[in-house]
Amino acid sequence: MSAKTYAYYSGCSGSGTSKEYDLSTRALCAALGITLADVPDWSCCGSTPAHMVDHALSAALSARNLAQSEQLGLDDFVTPCPSCLKNTHNAIEQMRDPGFRKEVDRLTMRPLARKHRAFSVLQLIYEEVTPEGLALKIKKPLHGLKLAAYYGCLLTRPGRSMRFDDEENPVSMDRLLEAAGAGMLPFPLKVECCGGSFGIPRGDVVARLSGRILELACSMGADALVVACPLCQMNLDLRQKQIRSAVRLNFHLPVFYYTQLLGLALGLPEDQILLDKLVTDPKPALAKIEIIRPPDVPAQPAKEVPA
Amino acid sequence: MKIGVFICHCGSNIAATVDVKKVAETAGRMAEVVYATDAMYACSEPGQQAIEEAVKKYALSGVVVASCSPRMHEATFRRTVERAGLNRYMFEMANIREHVSWIGRDQGPNTVKAIELVRMAVEKLRLNRALIPRKLPATRRALVIGGGVAGIQASLDCAEAGLEVVLVEREPSIGGKMSKLDKTFPTVDCSSCILGPRMVDVAQHERITLYAYSEIESVSGYVGNFEVVIRKKAAYVDWDKCTGCGLCIEKCPSKKNFDRFNEGLGSAAAINIPFPQAIPKKAVIRAEDCRQFQGKKCGICAKFCPTGAINHEQQDELVTIQVGAIVAATGYDLADWTVYGEYGAGRYADVITSLQYERMLSASGPFGGHIKRPSNGEEPKSVVFIQCVASRDPSIGRPYCSGFCCMYTAKQAIMTRDHIPDSQSYVFYMDIRSPGKGYDEFTRRAQEEYGAQYVRGRVSQVYPRGNKLVVRGADTLLGSQVEVEADLVVLAVGGEGSREAAGLAEKLRISYDSFGFFLEGHPKLKPVETNTAGVFLAGSCQGLKDIPFSVSQGSAAAAKTLALLSRDMLESDPQTAQVDIKRCIGCGKCIQVCPFQAIREADLRGQSKAEVLEAVCQGCGLCNATCPQGAIQLSHFTDNQVLAEVEALLCP
Repeated sequence: MSAKTYAYYSGCSGSGTSKEYDLSTRALCAALGITLADVPDWSCCGSTPAHMVDHALSAALSARNLAQSEQLGLDDFVTPCPSCLKNTHNAIEQMRDPGFRKEVDRLTMRPLARKHRAFSVLQLIYEEVTPEGLALKIKKPLHGLKLAAYYGCLLTRPGRSMRFDDEENPVSMDRLLEAAGAGMLPFPLKVECCGGSFGIPRGDVVARLSGRILELACSMGADALVVACPLCQMNLDLRQKQIRSAVRLNFHLPVFYYTQLLGLALGLPEDQILLDKLVTDPKPALAKIEIIRPPDVPAQPAKEVPA
Repeated sequence: MKIGVFICHCGSNIAATVDVKKVAETAGRMAEVVYATDAMYACSEPGQQAIEEAVKKYALSGVVVASCSPRMHEATFRRTVERAGLNRYMFEMANIREHVSWIGRDQGPNTVKAIELVRMAVEKLRLNRALIPRKLPATRRALVIGGGVAGIQASLDCAEAGLEVVLVEREPSIGGKMSKLDKTFPTVDCSSCILGPRMVDVAQHERITLYAYSEIESVSGYVGNFEVVIRKKAAYVDWDKCTGCGLCIEKCPSKKNFDRFNEGLGSAAAINIPFPQAIPKKAVIRAEDCRQFQGKKCGICAKFCPTGAINHEQQDELVTIQVGAIVAATGYDLADWTVYGEYGAGRYADVITSLQYERMLSASGPFGGHIKRPSNGEEPKSVVFIQCVASRDPSIGRPYCSGFCCMYTAKQAIMTRDHIPDSQSYVFYMDIRSPGKGYDEFTRRAQEEYGAQYVRGRVSQVYPRGNKLVVRGADTLLGSQVEVEADLVVLAVGGEGSREAAGLAEKLRISYDSFGFFLEGHPKLKPVETNTAGVFLAGSCQGLKDIPFSVSQGSAAAAKTLALLSRDMLESDPQTAQVDIKRCIGCGKCIQVCPFQAIREADLRGQSKAEVLEAVCQGCGLCNATCPQGAIQLSHFTDNQVLAEVEALLCP
């Protein structure tokens, strides 16, 4: 287990629309022995709008957060949000160009002193804890639950900057959830776009794109989708009712963050994984989890953590 | 020494940005220059005539021509001075076109640079001495590596012209990729019907010795006198006894092995003959598949063989041959398409390669010539072809066009409708590239007569839905997304140099690029030669080609081989390294750096000295630069000559 501390950047959605992702990520990391230190006084990464307007300004927003993390004396910068991660990666990469770096330094007025590395919390858990290490800590296996892992378009792409998992067929979430006992479906649309921020100007686009993902997962017999991106989760879950009426199909598919399900399997309490924040009711799916106790281990109720 | 200098205008190529008259005028004042002039085209007949006349009139003992790259006309001018009675090495060339006029627009600096280059050439020429080429005997036998259609053509042409030919093929049978094809474009004639007779000709030709299931172990020597060691791989079958009856294949209990010839579409017995028309039609046991070699009790093939040909104890055999020239015709391999996660990376049974589809279409293939979905054996009604898989894709490091995929895809679309009349083919393409006799007409026929739907755009994803495959892509002509439900997806996978090409290139001492293609001597003017004398290229090993072009290049390589070996004696280039034994301390550094093994240790009255094998030396100069004593000098490029050039440049 890694005894290192990581600079943690929750991103804006972590304190708003994806509070449950942020909270469950913190709880999961704590349970897995990963120490996170919040980046002090962080700011928004600029998301998509910033780099659509100006690359240097966008990089400056991320560079400021990296500069803030230097106060902690840490090089490794982790975030649960793929979009924040992509912007951070972009900033680090583009700043290898001395001219660009100079421009960013001029904007932030705080030249970066350290060599930073950025990765997602998923990558951290997958590579540092590993599925094998995770399996040893599972208390309530997710047996009986059939899941489709949906990674979205940003988590592994573009491959040359993300440098994690397979670009077109990522498996990290599948492996981790398998280690937690869930049955993983070979979901072919795992890196398709959900519609992203088109939810606001063009709801029809999101309805079509997210609709296809939900429809295929349902037809494959999935009990739920599992995601690692706040925006994907919002499109697939919050807008599911809109999508249902747009594509005229009747599906009720809960959309979990992987951190929530792993947390559940580790026996974390409900107030740390906030399943009640989900819009589509997860109870029917969770009811499918079979309580199977390994025959050779006698039940030890004293160690059970109340759910 | 009396030196003459000739400054070429090259029409306006040089004269437009270099003051040619001024260069000639300045050259006239250089040391030992007795005559300097300019010429409109120095390489033209009047231009050469003027040089010859000047040599005689001014009794010149050396000539400098300032014109183009020596790669273009050095040989021309050497012959010119030779005709005028000088030794051909009493000539120097200054490149004021590629190195000056074509790369700079400003006449002032250009003229200065041209003058400097001329001065360097004059200073070097002052130290030149006459060199005499040596005559070497040549072995009148050619080695052809690779028995695909290009290698077959080269072998037959050489043998027909009276040369002994040794043909080495890595696989158990000759025929190459062409023998795997069902039909050929644009005539849709049966591939094995047109290739078969040529293969038989190879087998029956009295002057061709065929080593099938063999590889090149090592190559030494030099043009005219190569010594090649061939490794005959153990087939565990005595080919002198094997009649190719096939009884062993029938009886072999290990049948579920990867079928190399059928691209893994069917399965093969551990003892196998790849296809009915194989040449030679002899069985080969693959040790990794054979029960006997896995320590299990078997030997069934040996029990049933009517001629007692099976020999599990057989060992690889090394054969050494002498040849005068080598033709490399090692062909290509399909690029790795499993890097494409969006096409399933090999996960979906019904996504196959074009070469697998050929084996499916072939009557002698594993499906007996019936198109079936590998997953469930059903006849597909909707077939999607995706072009430019691993071609024209810089993202996976394959930026080039493979050249033949547009055509074979059109052929396969036609064959699909032929086999299954109620089927529909879709072809996703980037551009249709069909230059060639009857080629474009052929792709139109696929669309117009055979109803193949051509969609211009890339496919973003193939994924299963139920037992069908959904192919999603862009139609860039409509500007929209398209989705096709397919029963079978055929990937038109591009090619790259054969997997073993790099290793062979090292043995042949020829260059190869990052895609595994061998490098030709000149992209336009020396397409079959390599930079190693006596080694020629044929077919796709030089760059991807279709059948007509491979055959043409096979014949071209044969013509070059025949021209080289038409003489009994070859002239060696005298620009080789020479050892000054007085200075040599026998440290052996030159032996270590020589890439051609042209230097050996010799004993001189108990002292170790370096000795250059002049016939092997290619004059690269590595030894020259390495020698700590300056004892090894390159004739025509001695240290003193190089220093004279530097001095001419820095301290005129």
